[in-house]
Amino acid sequence: MNLHKFITSGAVTVILLVAAGFTNKQPLPNSVANSFQEDKFDPYRETIPGTKVSFELVPIKGGEFRMGSPATEAKRKPDEGPQHKVKIEPFWMGKYEVTWDEFEIFVYKEIEKQSMNASSMAATGPSDAVSRPSPPYLDMTFGMGKSGFPAINMTQFGALTYCKWLTAKTGHFYRLPTEAEWEYACRAGATTAYSFGDDPTGLDEYSWNFNNSNAGTKKVGSKKPNAWGLYDMHGNVAEWTLDQYDPNFYAQFAKATATNPWLKPTKLYAHTLRGGSWDDDPDALRSAARQFSKPVWKQRDPQIPKSQWWFTDASFVGFRVVRPLKQPSAEEIAKYWSEPIKDYGS
Amino acid sequence: MSEEKDLQNTFPHLSRRGFFKGSAALLGGALISQLPFETNAYARYGADDTIKVALIGCGGRGTGAAIQALSTQGKVKLVAMADAFRDRLDESFTAVSTKFPDKSRVDVPEKNKFVGFDAYKKAIPLADVVILATPPGFRPIHFEEAVNAGKHIFMEKPVATDGPGVRRVLAAAEIAKKKNLNVVVGLQRRYQNAYLETIKRINDGAIGDITSAQAYWHNAGVWVRPRKEGQTEMEYQMRNWYYFNWLCGDHILEQHIHNIDVVNWVKNDYPVSAQGMGGRQVRNGKDHGEIFDHHYVEFTYADGTIFNSQCRHQPGTMNRVEEVFVGTKGRATLSGDGKGIVTDLKGGSIYNHRSKNDPDPYQTEHDKLFAAIRSGSVINNAEYGAKSTMTAILGRNATYSGQVIKWDDALNTQISIMPEKFAWDAPTPTKPDANGNYPIPTPGVTRVI
Repeated sequence: MNLHKFITSGAVTVILLVAAGFTNKQPLPNSVANSFQEDKFDPYRETIPGTKVSFELVPIKGGEFRMGSPATEAKRKPDEGPQHKVKIEPFWMGKYEVTWDEFEIFVYKEIEKQSMNASSMAATGPSDAVSRPSPPYLDMTFGMGKSGFPAINMTQFGALTYCKWLTAKTGHFYRLPTEAEWEYACRAGATTAYSFGDDPTGLDEYSWNFNNSNAGTKKVGSKKPNAWGLYDMHGNVAEWTLDQYDPNFYAQFAKATATNPWLKPTKLYAHTLRGGSWDDDPDALRSAARQFSKPVWKQRDPQIPKSQWWFTDASFVGFRVVRPLKQPSAEEIAKYWSEPIKDYGS
Repeated sequence: MSEEKDLQNTFPHLSRRGFFKGSAALLGGALISQLPFETNAYARYGADDTIKVALIGCGGRGTGAAIQALSTQGKVKLVAMADAFRDRLDESFTAVSTKFPDKSRVDVPEKNKFVGFDAYKKAIPLADVVILATPPGFRPIHFEEAVNAGKHIFMEKPVATDGPGVRRVLAAAEIAKKKNLNVVVGLQRRYQNAYLETIKRINDGAIGDITSAQAYWHNAGVWVRPRKEGQTEMEYQMRNWYYFNWLCGDHILEQHIHNIDVVNWVKNDYPVSAQGMGGRQVRNGKDHGEIFDHHYVEFTYADGTIFNSQCRHQPGTMNRVEEVFVGTKGRATLSGDGKGIVTDLKGGSIYNHRSKNDPDPYQTEHDKLFAAIRSGSVINNAEYGAKSTMTAILGRNATYSGQVIKWDDALNTQISIMPEKFAWDAPTPTKPDANGNYPIPTPGVTRVI
């Protein structure tokens, strides 16, 4: 069967040869089948083509919300303000954090090959054009668990390149959420400190954090979801967003509504993470709380340049994917992918 | 099959005559005669207390070590660099001078950049401290040269790839001791708080008498550098050094030595014998040279304690890098990511190390080395570095041969796996066949001692 997407020199060209599916007796790959659902905007399950591994997506309707925390919120930090109006386009978001089951297919080409049957081997072509992580020097699970557990310790570049690989494999544009999309989805309409209210004692029902995690990640989806059906938005692992961290970024939106704001990264440090982790106290798990990457997260990487793919000291870092409802053009997609920045030990 | 055929099966460069001749050259007493005594090397720095550093081996780890050396307290300056390859040296120079743009830290003029097999000989005399970070096969000759020149040394683990190499390092270590030279070996767990604090408790009796130990290095493996057009066999092996024993020593040595060293450290001893099994199952391509992808070794100490060592480079399998000690009263589990857990035999907590704010052990190694040099005190890790290297080689001997191998026999073997000559057109110790495959060690056939 012909391949329906190609990647050349970092730019993505997505060509949907849907007709190929009709002229062929084989069942349509999920990715092509899913493309028929785009207008429906329903929840769906994406299977990584050629494997038995899949993940679930939840539709997040577009809308407006107030981003950041009010000056009155307990434990609030200055970088969460000023609170401002943000308008968000509709997108799907991973129901769960990306697990090792998914991420390792990307990390290890051998696993991808072994999990494919003969007819789907042809589908490896385009994803081979996306560079893959170097094998990690350390055990990147840090003994916390693998199957069903969130993938951890990857850099923002590693997480985004996973999205690029996933895009090439599925034909759907997946990327990291922007900070604004993340907070909008986390709040799920709520204006309180947490999506379920202001009282941190409620966290135990929704969150794996320092007080209940026994020093490690937990299987995704083992606590209650928020109002929009997303799990582990508070805790388990802190989640990468697409943004460069700037404590003053919100100031420019104080007087006007921001539409899909995104501070595109140009520097290696710092990038923004959201949601807090198993290693965080309640104040860092608030919907508006911002975290940012630090060079010390790679302190035990003995090589120079340090790995562009992995941290050695960030077992609390993971991510989830989003897919915008309106699939952008190849040229637009290409703007999202980043080139690696060399890390000489910042 | 004759014995000689067996040997050549494993180490095809060695005829019986060849290796005896080669080993005689390795074992000479030349070292002792060249021994100029110095008391405190620090006195030599004179009015300007800048410590000058030379980097020998400009790969990723050497570059990291140089940056750590330059990040220590006080005046310290990189003055010379040496590597077999110009491109590696240039990349490394770019990295260190990006990190330290100031000439007071990095001042390596073109005339102090040395390339080739003998580059180290030119760089070592220019420095007070040398960083030895080439592939481990070269470590014995580099260490010897640095000790003879009276330099302080940071050397990466492992420190040799065969018995003759270990003997050479042990001999030079004795001279270093007499010269009061500082020698830090890059077994950074020895400088890591989680280990120091947890092992202190083990030594104080928290788990009683140790009855067994387990150590693990299970992960996916490392890089492969494919063969390129126009490379001589020697250049190809040097570039793809992880997969050739004379350069790397197999992953049981190159990586698993960290865990093996921890067990020796806690036991305060070295095994007397080993037996085990291993092979190549998933790492069996032409780019994978001759090394195994898994080893399981049972080491025995003089007091009968059994130490089970496992290492594996197989993608998709269980990851685990850890050391575990079982005693008459409890258990201890340690790992490089800062874990240090001591429990009683029922799992009740005795100690749980919180490593969140611990310093970077790779940096601590250099901080201690340079502080010792400046204060005139002496650290010398060479002996344990050499003996833990030997322990891993002993394990490799056991898995390659399928025999029970004794420490003394492995250490004193006359079999050298090193080339007789270092040059780009020189014969390599192992050669590919017509299909590009290398001879693989075969238990029951391969002779190692």
